[in-house]
Amino acid sequence: MKYADEFRDPKAAKALLERIGAVVDQIGATKEKPVYIMEICGGHTHAIFRYGLDKLTPEGIEFIHGPGCPVCVLPISRVDECVQLAERPEVIFTTFGDAMRVPGTRKSLLQAKADGADIRMVYSPLDALELARRNPDREVVFFGLGFETTTPSTALSIQQAAREGLTNFTVFCNHITVPPPLKALLDDPHMILDGFVGPGHVSMVIGIEPYQFIARDYGKPLVVAGFEPLDLLQSVLMVLEQIRDGRAEIENQYSRVVPDHGNPVSIAAIDDVYETRPSFEWRGLGEIDVSGLRIREKYRAHDAEEKFGIGYGAGPRHVEEPEGCACGQVMTGRIKPVACPQFGKGCTPEMPLGALMVSSEGACAAYYQYGGARVSEVAE
Amino acid sequence: MNMMSRPKLRDQRVTLSHGGGGKAMRDLIEHVFTSVFEPASMEDQARLMNDAIQEPGARLAFTTDSFVVDPIEFPGGDIGKIAVCGTVNDLAVGGAKPLWLSAAFIIEEGTEIALLERIVASMKAEADKAGVRIVTGDTKVVGRGSADKVFVTTAGVGVIAPDVHLSADLIQPGDVAIVNGVLGDHGAAILAARGDMALSTDIVSDCQGLGHLMQTVLAAAPNTRAARDATRGGVASALNEMAEAAKLAIEIEETALPLRPEVKGVCEILGLDPLYLANEGTLVVFVPADEADAALAAMRATDAGRDAVVIGRAHAGEAGRVTMRTLFGGARIVDMLVGEQLPRIC
Amino acid sequence: MCLGIPGQIVEITDESRLMAMADVSGVRREVSVACIADGPLSDLVGAWALIHVGFAMSRIDEDEAAATLEALHALGEVQEELEAMAAGQEAMKEGAEA
Repeated sequence: MKYADEFRDPKAAKALLERIGAVVDQIGATKEKPVYIMEICGGHTHAIFRYGLDKLTPEGIEFIHGPGCPVCVLPISRVDECVQLAERPEVIFTTFGDAMRVPGTRKSLLQAKADGADIRMVYSPLDALELARRNPDREVVFFGLGFETTTPSTALSIQQAAREGLTNFTVFCNHITVPPPLKALLDDPHMILDGFVGPGHVSMVIGIEPYQFIARDYGKPLVVAGFEPLDLLQSVLMVLEQIRDGRAEIENQYSRVVPDHGNPVSIAAIDDVYETRPSFEWRGLGEIDVSGLRIREKYRAHDAEEKFGIGYGAGPRHVEEPEGCACGQVMTGRIKPVACPQFGKGCTPEMPLGALMVSSEGACAAYYQYGGARVSEVAE
Repeated sequence: MNMMSRPKLRDQRVTLSHGGGGKAMRDLIEHVFTSVFEPASMEDQARLMNDAIQEPGARLAFTTDSFVVDPIEFPGGDIGKIAVCGTVNDLAVGGAKPLWLSAAFIIEEGTEIALLERIVASMKAEADKAGVRIVTGDTKVVGRGSADKVFVTTAGVGVIAPDVHLSADLIQPGDVAIVNGVLGDHGAAILAARGDMALSTDIVSDCQGLGHLMQTVLAAAPNTRAARDATRGGVASALNEMAEAAKLAIEIEETALPLRPEVKGVCEILGLDPLYLANEGTLVVFVPADEADAALAAMRATDAGRDAVVIGRAHAGEAGRVTMRTLFGGARIVDMLVGEQLPRIC
Repeated sequence: MCLGIPGQIVEITDESRLMAMADVSGVRREVSVACIADGPLSDLVGAWALIHVGFAMSRIDEDEAAATLEALHALGEVQEELEAMAAGQEAMKEGAEA
């Protein structure tokens, strides 16, 4: 596969690992006193485990898995609202597969489907639009979920629906943005991070400018990274070199996909359709100012919150996490998944307590599935 | 299969009267089913004999499976072909020579007769290829919405030769795991054929009988330990079951896994793992290391085993644990699938 | 987050709605090219783009890709040379010991 296989070459990986090892030594990082690097994006977390990179990189590097998994940071109350919407008889509720298994207070979408709700998994919001065209007598609600990468797709779909006058198409908007939680993390007095591997696909939309505050105000390096193993390793090396040299810059390893200024069409579509909410709740992180988006007044006909009177302002907000669930602490990097008392016991992919075990991008699921912790038990 | 001898059936679609036990039902059965399967008699039971059963030490193998598939016809096969192959393969991987099948049909009211005819024709063709006879059967008609067009249940009987003893608990450390061809074609073909994801591909289901291939393996590698038909849950699930039964660990090599580029494409787009995609004509067989070359050569000389390749080894690690050595020599656990693999965007 | 995969635009399917067929490893899917349409649509045929949820989100810059790869390969080659040198020294040492 072009632009993918070339970036999986084991020979180059070995060279990168050697370099990484050398720079870790130059920094003087050790297992006891490691460099803490946060990969913000869940896709990177997944790739690290999928390719076993955590086991190949030196012990002097500790990866902290960031909040960049939209399913994992989705508050339980929003899952409950999805179920509520999906259970309305006139609604065809459309969603990416990722959200199906996330447990709500009462049930997950998968359980709601089994109970009779008309829930359809789609690959694209365009497919939801098509369903709306084909089912004029039904209300098609699309579960708008994700960071800046996915936001343009729903914005463009809403614009298209407006152009076509498709009044039976709405989006339940749960889009969130990357920079605000990073700021929240950096403001945390317990923050121990030395540098960041930045989200490649978010950045292809927003560019690298929005991260400048991390270098400027907090003195931390960030390297925007691609998703193939060589991309990740090269980015880690670039972060380490900055740390070694005492630099703090925003660099772009993923320049083949990420233009420094992002994608102007996407940015314009987002601005046209969405505005920031005063604040939005993140699972495990709490309410974060201006971190979520809502649909602008002029597109209210396509806003599921407006149409069905649901969401912010419509009911009590915060729902407590299930007892014993440490998703919040894992997500802020305070503890590793295995340190959660429920990990692999009360909380498994079969019976997840928290979202980090459900989403394939969640740190806990990645640990469990690919054996981040368990693989050490395997005879080498 | 002389079309002229078939009784006339005027209806184009199955109605509830075709399940009523009367003349309409008899006409449907004769027109669609028995005229093709040609059972020896129309008694309520098949009466069977085969010389191989008489041999001292020979054992019968008996299996059953129900088939529901959406869409009912897909690139590379249909529910009928799967129903025959699936049961033939369940017998074959136990080392049995498949002999007889039963076939029972739950038919939804409104199903096109022509569809039934196509399904039955492909069952007959597949049974002939596998050298088995469909000797008994049943039909039921249910109201619209109570079934999805047609559900098929097949049971099969085969005979295991006296000197054949296959069982996953016989797998030894050092034994090698061989698959007969590319992985995940069926799962990817069905996903694309369903159309929900609006993907178009040329991927064709790998649906095929493995009876002859399995006999070839046994002849070439007489100490073959065990085999599994890697259907639902894919090769990952088959390996996990075998590791558990053998109380051994299994390690596979990522670089050795045979995958069609298009299947990789589907997996990359939808975020799926090909190790968990369903197959309908793929077996995983464990043979002693010193018989691996012979098994491979014999398999590669057949159609069903042309792309046979070693994918991994059993070793004395943690019992029941399957791991994969990644491209770079990293290791990761290949666990059982939890529920169903869902397409993801994150 | 955000699964994205390189695909090649092979055909414009709906000029007015900015839709095109993308090919990922032999698998085809209709995608929106709204985000990468900055000139005549026909210019996009043959171009590679990063595909996410049915949208071509960013055109892949072939020069940048080549530059990144070149840097990676250079690293790989240096590594090979180092290993060859190490292996040579090892062999000489063994030779001397023998």
